[in-house]
Amino acid sequence: MAVETTSAKVKWGLLDALVVVFALIPVLWIVSLSFKTAATLTDGNFIPREWTWDNYKLIFQTDQFVRALVNSIGIALISTVIAVVLGTMAAYAISRLDFPGKKALVGVSLLIAMFPQVSLVSPLFNIERNLGIFDTWLGLILPYITFALPLAIYTLSAFFKQIPWDLEKAAKMDGATQGEAFRKVIAPLAAPGVFTTAILVFIFCWNDFLFAISLTSTEQSRTVPVALSFFTGASQFEDPTGAISAAAVVITIPIILFVLFFQRRIVAGLTSGAVKG
Amino acid sequence: MADIVLDKVTKKYPDGTTAVHEIDLEIADGEFIILVGPSGCGKSTTLNMIAGLEDISSGELRIAGERVNDKAPKDRDIAMVFQSYALYPNMTVGENMAFPLKLAKMPKAEIDKKVAEAAKVLELTEYLNRKPANLSGGQRQRVAMGRAIVRSPKAFLMDEPLSNLDAKLRVQMRTQVSRLQKQLNTTTVYVTHDQTEAMTLGDRVVVMRGGYIQQVGDPQTLYDNPHNLFVAGFIGSPSMNFLPATVEESKLRTPLGDLPLGDRVRRALSGADAPRQVILGIRPEHFEDARLIEEHQRAKGFEFTAPVDLVESMGSDKYVYLTVEGEHAVAADLEDLAADAGGADLPPQDNLVTRLSAESRVRDGADARVWMNLDKIHLFDPRDGHNLTLHEGQAAGVNAA
Repeated sequence: MAVETTSAKVKWGLLDALVVVFALIPVLWIVSLSFKTAATLTDGNFIPREWTWDNYKLIFQTDQFVRALVNSIGIALISTVIAVVLGTMAAYAISRLDFPGKKALVGVSLLIAMFPQVSLVSPLFNIERNLGIFDTWLGLILPYITFALPLAIYTLSAFFKQIPWDLEKAAKMDGATQGEAFRKVIAPLAAPGVFTTAILVFIFCWNDFLFAISLTSTEQSRTVPVALSFFTGASQFEDPTGAISAAAVVITIPIILFVLFFQRRIVAGLTSGAVKG
Repeated sequence: MADIVLDKVTKKYPDGTTAVHEIDLEIADGEFIILVGPSGCGKSTTLNMIAGLEDISSGELRIAGERVNDKAPKDRDIAMVFQSYALYPNMTVGENMAFPLKLAKMPKAEIDKKVAEAAKVLELTEYLNRKPANLSGGQRQRVAMGRAIVRSPKAFLMDEPLSNLDAKLRVQMRTQVSRLQKQLNTTTVYVTHDQTEAMTLGDRVVVMRGGYIQQVGDPQTLYDNPHNLFVAGFIGSPSMNFLPATVEESKLRTPLGDLPLGDRVRRALSGADAPRQVILGIRPEHFEDARLIEEHQRAKGFEFTAPVDLVESMGSDKYVYLTVEGEHAVAADLEDLAADAGGADLPPQDNLVTRLSAESRVRDGADARVWMNLDKIHLFDPRDGHNLTLHEGQAAGVNAA
């Protein structure tokens, strides 16, 4: 594709625009709904005639939502950190070492990833009640880590495999211990992979609804997606559409921030120049 | 600076294959030694064992008199240059070179001084703040060298450091490596599969095949007195010509004709167990256009006529490929060589490669009258490949390091 004609550019531009519009319109619609007043909510206008912050005020006035937000952030962050740390170590071992049972480990982690989560809900519910971790942060963090780990291991081992092994040997020859070689040479190079994985795992934990609704029962550990489903209006007869829209917008923000923050660290081609290309 | 001694060093992999068989090698302090051989000959494994990147299965490795079998690479105080360079892409050139010194907890001022010195030697001063990604292949290669020399280690190990460079740069870097080694006078073990590099760089060359050392010696000795068929065929480019020959009375029957046996050859074949079937080896430069041979020399050689297949004029001389009818020399060593070269580095089966002087008038398609120097022929035993024409003294010198 050395020469790109103008018509080809236009075609691609239109196609890209179409995809962007397709993806963004529902989001913008939710944003639009969240700014509408209760009276104009169903008028079908894309741009609200009357702008209002009431929906946002409302959701932040209810303890229910704020508490759920705290739960969500806490649970997702803790799960992400643990899954990424464990995943990094496991992926490093898988990509670098030859140990008995390596294939079994990879196979099992793939199996976990393929396992239908819904079939685990009832057993998990019983197990967690017996263990006394039902409706706690831990009760959600554990299954999240379980299902995020295969994802983390797969993504990270692909990244580790890209790092030339010679770099590690070189570090050892230069006088580094195994630990120093990992910390000073391998880890900085694996950083983009680690951040990519962190984003994926965070989004997985943040968006989960199935476990969150089955393994919680009170505000103590209920996460935002679940809290949203329990939203009611000020009275039983009021339609909570505006509030739900506002909440949906609010819970999208941490994801956007998270991605933007880590995206800077995802520099493509970080390993270029290490070896003859 | 130190000497390195390999005492019956063996590498056996868990799957039962043995990559290196009981290698004995003494590398003197300050010596530049080359390990050369086709791929899979165990040269890189040997280097990695010296480095400590691979465990030694049995035998002993001593650096500066101290047994280092169980020492980690970082405690052996040796530096290594990798084929892939293995530069740290997240660090600048300066940081790359400073890395080993930082790990050694050297004071900052001293690190800067050493890096600056090394950069000056390697002409890298203006690139110190660049990342490896922004350097050319040759510059990256020099950074890799720089990272090795800043530490002033006991020894340098180089694993095919030039094989990623293009041909012209490789020749330049070859001289630079050679100069650098002489300047620093540090024991250096250099692995290559390129016999030209081996010949030009080393004080001594170790030819390896299948995990065994074939011959150790200075380049000229390897060239003039190869211990066996493998070394004879591996060292030299274009490589030595091999022809089947039969010993009969006082003659040597070859596809080129019946050669008279000189005293030297007669003595070599006088042993009771000397074979009747032998392989004749002769290097391309030991042929000459018969017209250009002076009378007094004529007697030392043998003249024959053969059709010319191809003439390659190099300017300084001519490579003339002669067609020779008849059987081919057959031996395990030769098969190995052919497999390694993929046929490319060896003369095509029916051809005899000769190097004639530029004044020769030999033409494609015509018959050429060619003279061959009988003083320079080698006879090999096809059964085990060993050189029958080696002098006693030379033969003895073969395995003594």
